[in-house]
Amino acid sequence: MTDTVLSLDRISKRFGALLANDAISFDLKQGEIVALLGENGAGKTTLMNILFGHYVADDGSISVFGESLPPGQPRAAIQAGIGMVHQHFTLADNLTVLDNIMLGTEKPWRLSSRKSEARQRLTKLAQDFGLAIEPDKTVADLSVGERQRVEILKVLYREARILILDEPTAVLTPQESQSLFATLKKLTAQGLSIIFISHKLNEVLNVSERIFVLRAGKLVAERPTKGTTRKELAELMVGRPIAEPKIEPQPKGDVHVAIRAVTTADGLDHADLVLHGGEILGLAGVSGNGQTALANLLSGLSHPKSGSLHIFGEDAARWTPDLVTRKRIARIPEDRHAEGLVADMSVTENVIAEIYREPRFNKRGFLDWRAAEGFAEEIIKGFDVKCPSPATRVRLLSGGNMQKLILGRTLSLAPHFILACQPARGLDIGAVSYVHERLIQARKSGASVLLISDDLDEILALADRVAVIYRGRISEPLPSQQVTIQELGLMMAGHGFSEGDAHAA
Amino acid sequence: MGALELLFSASLWAAAIRIASPLIFATLGELISERAGVLNLGIEGIMTVGAFAGWFTVYQGGDLWLGVLVAALAGSAFGLLHAILVVPLGLSQHVTGIGITLFAASLTYYTYRLAFPEVTSPPKIEPFQPWAVPILSDIPFFGEALFRQTPLTYLAFIAAGLVGWFLYRTPAGLAVRTAGENPAAVEAQGIDVTKVRILAVVAGSALMGIGGAFLTLSAFNSFYFEMVNGRGWIAIALVVFGSWRPGKALLGALLFAAFDAYQLRLQQLAGAFVPYQIFLMLPYALSILALIIMSRRASYPRALMIPYRKGER
Repeated sequence: MTDTVLSLDRISKRFGALLANDAISFDLKQGEIVALLGENGAGKTTLMNILFGHYVADDGSISVFGESLPPGQPRAAIQAGIGMVHQHFTLADNLTVLDNIMLGTEKPWRLSSRKSEARQRLTKLAQDFGLAIEPDKTVADLSVGERQRVEILKVLYREARILILDEPTAVLTPQESQSLFATLKKLTAQGLSIIFISHKLNEVLNVSERIFVLRAGKLVAERPTKGTTRKELAELMVGRPIAEPKIEPQPKGDVHVAIRAVTTADGLDHADLVLHGGEILGLAGVSGNGQTALANLLSGLSHPKSGSLHIFGEDAARWTPDLVTRKRIARIPEDRHAEGLVADMSVTENVIAEIYREPRFNKRGFLDWRAAEGFAEEIIKGFDVKCPSPATRVRLLSGGNMQKLILGRTLSLAPHFILACQPARGLDIGAVSYVHERLIQARKSGASVLLISDDLDEILALADRVAVIYRGRISEPLPSQQVTIQELGLMMAGHGFSEGDAHAA
Repeated sequence: MGALELLFSASLWAAAIRIASPLIFATLGELISERAGVLNLGIEGIMTVGAFAGWFTVYQGGDLWLGVLVAALAGSAFGLLHAILVVPLGLSQHVTGIGITLFAASLTYYTYRLAFPEVTSPPKIEPFQPWAVPILSDIPFFGEALFRQTPLTYLAFIAAGLVGWFLYRTPAGLAVRTAGENPAAVEAQGIDVTKVRILAVVAGSALMGIGGAFLTLSAFNSFYFEMVNGRGWIAIALVVFGSWRPGKALLGALLFAAFDAYQLRLQQLAGAFVPYQIFLMLPYALSILALIIMSRRASYPRALMIPYRKGER
C-alpha cells in the first residue's frame, strides 16, 4: 500500500512565445524514486522551479501530502516538506558547512544563533544517512562530491520528505555517482520520496522505479523502469529514431601533436600526449584537473614552462592563437558563450572572427562584407544551422545551432587537427549526434581529433584511444575497446598516477 | 615638540579617535551593504544628508539625540531609494550610487539655501560636549586619549561591536553574509533575497547618516557646503582595507585618522618650510599604500555588485 505524497495537476508555464510546460500532471508515491527525463529545454527545470516556488505557474495546481501548495513561495514549499538539490549548488563558498546548513532555519531576529545544538543535530543526521561531513570546514575546501553531500544534508536538516535532485550527477565521477545512488536508496528506505531529473539514460534506468519523459514542454510518456529500454527512452526523448555513431577501424597516420613532459603555469604537470592523424583520442577526467590548461596550451593561449610541444612536426611551443588558427587547427571551445562566440554580434561577424584578415575577406584594406556573408551562408547551409539570416544576432540561436555554427566555422577550413572541448555539453540528442557525426567524418578524412569530455559514454563511443587527465598529468592512452567505465572512473580519481615523480621538477 | 615626540602626545590620539568616529559609522554602513552584495556609492551624498538633517533638527530646537535619529532616518530614506533601484530593478550599482550621491548632496544644499536664503556665515548650534568616563578618564595618557570624547564617539565603537555580533552571531547576519556570497543559496533556503538586501542597504545608510551627523553635531557646530569632503569615499576604501570585517575596518579607520591627525600637527611644525598641501596629501597617499598591501589578500563578497534575479542561472 503506497500513498501519493505529491501530485501536480495540469501545470502550464509560458515564457513569451515559448510554452515551457504544457499541462503537465504527475504524481509521486511514498518511498519511490521517479525520474524526470528530457532533453535540455524540455521543461524539466522549469517544472521543478514551479514546484519549489521559484516560478509561479500560469495554470494548474500542486498538492503535497493532500494539501494544496501556495504558488511562488520557496518557504512554503520547504515547510510542506519539499527539498531541492539544485544542479548548480546553492552554497556560499566562503562560509562553513554549518553556516550553509543553518541559513534560514532559525527566526531571523534571534540575538544569537544556536550553533552547538545545530552542530549536534547535523552530526547525528550525517551519521544516520552515512553522509560523512565536517561541519566547520569552509565549503570552498570541499570536493564536488562533498558539496553535494552538504546540499543533501541541507535539505534533510529541514526535514524534507520529498527530494528533488536536478541533474545531480553532472559534476560527479562515476564512483561518486554510484555512492549517490546508494544514498538515495537509503533515503527511500526511510520513507522519503525522490524526483530524479536527468537526461542521462543509464542513470535513470539504474536508479528509478518509474520514468516520466518530457519533450518540448509536454509529458509524452510514463514508463515503469522495468518495462522499458534505453533505446525506447532515447526515442521518446527526441521524438524520432536515432542512429548510434559508427566508427570503422582505420590505420593511424603521422604524428600530428606531440606533447612531451610539458608543465605550464595554469596546471599541466609533466604532461605527455601523442596524437596521430586519423584518430580520435578521448581525454577523460574530472573537470578542473588541467583540461583547460591543455586546451590553452594547444590553442597558443599559454606556453610551456618546460618540456616540448610539436604540432605537425614543427616546434609549437611559442605559437600564438593567431598562428594556431593560420595553421588550420580547429578549436571547439569548452564554453561557447564565453570563448566561442560573441553573442551580440551577427552570424557573419562571428564566422569571420578568426579569419577576417585573410585576403578573401578583404578589399583594398576594407572588409568585404559580401564575401563574408557568402561564407556565412555556406556554413548555414552546409552545417544545417537554423537561423533566419546571416545578419541574425548569435544570441538568438539555440545552443545546438551555436555549436553547429562553431563547427561550421572551423571545420569548413578543412583542419588537420581538431581540439574539441566538451563539444556535446548541453546539447540535445539530435545536435549531439550531429556533432559526433562531423567529428567522425573529420577522422575519416585523416584529421586528428582530441576529444576532451566529462562524459565517459561520449568518449567510449567515439574515441580510438582513451587517456585520463588527473592533476595536470596525462595517463598512457589505452585502446577504448579495452577499458571499462569503472577503470576510467578509478583513474579519474587518481589511481595509477604515481605521486613521486609528479613533483620531481 | 619634534615630529617623533608628537606621536606620544595624548592629544594627538584623542584627535585621531575624534577624526575616526564619522569614518567608523560610514565604514560600518558601507560594510553591511557590501556584505549583502550591494555597493553603495551613494555614501558621500547620504553623509551630506545626514549632516544637514541632524544639524537642522537641532537648529529647529530639537534634542541632539533627536538630531541623530533624524539623520539616521534621512540617510536610510536615500538608502531605500538606492536599494529599490539596484536590488529589485537591478540597475548598475556604480552608476546609481554616483547618481544618489549627486542627487542627495545637491538636494541638501538646495534645502539649506531655501531655509537660509540670506545667511552668509553658517548658523551655529550647541553640539555634543565631551563626556569623561568616570574613573577610566583619570588613567594617564589613555584617559585623555580615549575616555574624554563625545557620546557619539563612544557610540561609534559600540556600533562596531554590534555590527560584528550581528553579522557573525545572528541568523539575520548569516542571511546578509550569504546574500553577498551566493544569493541563490538564500533563495533556496526560503528567504527573500530582495528583502535581505534592501534591509541591509537601508540599515547601512542609517549608519552613514549618523556618520554625517557626527560632523555637524559633534565635530563642528554648524553645516557647511562640502563638509563631508570625501569621507564617504575613504569609507569605501576602508571597507576593502578591512577585508569586509568590522574589526579590521575599525582599525583601518583609526589608522587613517591617526595619519590625518598627525599631518595636521606636522603642518604647524613644518608648515614654514614645506607647502602644507604635501601634508594634506599624506593620509591619502599612505592609505593607498596600505590598501595595496592589505587588499591583495582580501577575499571580497563573491556576489558583490551582481544583481540577483529570481530563478535565473
